[in-house]
Amino acid sequence: MTNATEARQHWLGLMARAPDGRVAALLTDSGLAPTFDTLRAPEIGTVMVRGRMGATGGAFNLSEMTVTRASVSLACGTVGHGYVAGRSKPGAEAAALIDAILQTEKSGLARDAILVPLENEETARKAERAKKAAATKVDFFTMVRGESD
Amino acid sequence: MAAVLEGGFKDAPRDASHAFRGLMTAMARPGTCVDVAGAVPPAPLSVAAGVVLLTLCDPDTPVYLAGAFDCDDVRTWLAFHTGAPISTAQTCAFALGSWDDLNPLEAYPVGTAQYPDRSATLIVERQSLVPSGVTLTGPGIERQAALNLPDPAALAANHRLFPLGLDFIFTAGSQVAALPRSTRIG
Amino acid sequence: MYVAVKGGERAIDNAHAWLAEERRGDTSVAELSVAQIREQLSLAVNRVMAEGSLYDPDLAALAIKQARGDLIEAIFLIRAYRTTLPRFGYSEPVDTTRMACDRRISATFKDLPGGQVLGPTFDYTHRLIDFALAAEGEVPDAPTRDTDPDASIPHVMEFLNSEGLIEEALPDPTEPPDLTREPLEIPAERALRLQSLARSDEGFTLGMAYSTQRGYGRNHAFVGELRIGTVAVELDIPELGFAIEIGEMTVTECETVNQFQGSKTEPPQFTRGYGLVVGQCERKAISVALVDRALRWEELGEENVGAPAQDSEFVLYHGDNIQATGFLEHIKLPHYVDFQSELELVRKLRREAGAMELPEAAE
Repeated sequence: MTNATEARQHWLGLMARAPDGRVAALLTDSGLAPTFDTLRAPEIGTVMVRGRMGATGGAFNLSEMTVTRASVSLACGTVGHGYVAGRSKPGAEAAALIDAILQTEKSGLARDAILVPLENEETARKAERAKKAAATKVDFFTMVRGESD
Repeated sequence: MAAVLEGGFKDAPRDASHAFRGLMTAMARPGTCVDVAGAVPPAPLSVAAGVVLLTLCDPDTPVYLAGAFDCDDVRTWLAFHTGAPISTAQTCAFALGSWDDLNPLEAYPVGTAQYPDRSATLIVERQSLVPSGVTLTGPGIERQAALNLPDPAALAANHRLFPLGLDFIFTAGSQVAALPRSTRIG
Repeated sequence: MYVAVKGGERAIDNAHAWLAEERRGDTSVAELSVAQIREQLSLAVNRVMAEGSLYDPDLAALAIKQARGDLIEAIFLIRAYRTTLPRFGYSEPVDTTRMACDRRISATFKDLPGGQVLGPTFDYTHRLIDFALAAEGEVPDAPTRDTDPDASIPHVMEFLNSEGLIEEALPDPTEPPDLTREPLEIPAERALRLQSLARSDEGFTLGMAYSTQRGYGRNHAFVGELRIGTVAVELDIPELGFAIEIGEMTVTECETVNQFQGSKTEPPQFTRGYGLVVGQCERKAISVALVDRALRWEELGEENVGAPAQDSEFVLYHGDNIQATGFLEHIKLPHYVDFQSELELVRKLRREAGAMELPEAAE
């Protein structure tokens, strides 16, 4: 797996995990939205999510989840794909556009305007929840028997 | 990259509905040539074969690509637009190729007594479709129809397997014609 | 003689209109928004997602609103909706070891890496009605404690595994069957049973699990681990040529440790039951794990004591509340012709019986 692939996995995952509407809003605010051709119009479907028997065993089918996907191409021919959980067609199209922009010479601008805020927000969101969970962690302490010297 | 991914249905629900209606007509009226449109697939796929794939294939339908049709462009296009997995002839739901490359017909699943529908549909690319040649009779044909079939003897043998057997969709340019297993040959 | 009639269109239209009005209730009371249901009735939303077998909190909340809070009706709406959607593919199995846990407890080990994290649980509440909730406007604030949010928490089972005291759950590359593609057939392998149980009715599954505790196929379960949290969902994208994360989902996972005396084929050791359910559905996940373990009697070489929870046909064919309610509720719909023939038959039998034995009653 190449670095380019890993980078692309990272940003596609980051956009998919963002709250509904956030990716499209950041794209609009960045002013980077280019003209594009639609390769695949935004489409709502499902993915069958799998689990593992006993957490580590063979796979089984757990439940479907809704997913929306879209594919675009920029004037330069660069292709972008977006796959986003939920049913937001604008969200999937924005993710596809950003995926395409991040493969062009404007990637630096898009990184600063879109990926960095998404990363920061996600880190804060996860930390907040983890801190609340940590506050409910049980601290056991040993009861000393009532014998004194 | 972009070029290979182009050529899907522009308005998928509408285009697929029109195409499906056309394929239904072809299958219900064996030997009838029907015009279809909406796909611009990569070579060597015809428009008609592209429309058939877009309309009938999805991740649940393994596709076998025979001969020259098993190429990167077709694989990429098919994966992007339909999600259909590529399979062997023995396990396919659809097979695509020229008649010579698709043969022998014994390679494909013909269904089981309990599930005759678990059989393959062969999409056969032809130079042209002409309503003459071999005589067709049977369900969906009022008196008789005719079509330029590639190998009447093999197709007649397929009909004798009924209710098991293969179904055929012939494609040329933007035209399709169909030959379900229920049609009598000659 | 029976004459078939047609009609009822206007009555049905008017019934639908009245249903819509009743759904809204007293218009002097503010209308519920879908977001309110999603956020404030989230456990109902989770149940509808689990049994509707479609993860989409907004959609489940809308279904609950449309169904006036009838959760089985809402599940029905979700099941119907999902059939209209194309299937993009199958995800990689979710990795629950990397779950961002809201809750993680073990009833078998007190001290364990990652600790006992209670999460937002009802467990230690007094189950006294809180009349303060009847008033509005309070926004409670949960305390926090510093932690590493990226730390992954190992499964409790791994500790027993290292001693060889528990059966292992080894990876298996076999493609699992899919209930949504092929109809349920018995005997059902474990992968199919777990899929079926994950979407089966919570009340039915709870009752089945409870029956094993009360002695009908007892299997001495301990909750080895229960965790609730968020996992990433990864999907292989053909046009990209690699897998990406397409989102996250909340799941509840229960692993039971079950005493096992050994059998002709297996040594004495602990065995495992497993329940994985989408959303926060703790009662359901524990129930699934108990029923899963009961249904494993055959592969573990145990005796079939004839307990209902050991009968996979009984459990799997009756756990789906949409199938059940469809068949159950259809008997209230017109059966005029069926019943007419029964009526004729009973009259005829009575006439014949009367003619033979009770001539005086025939008048």
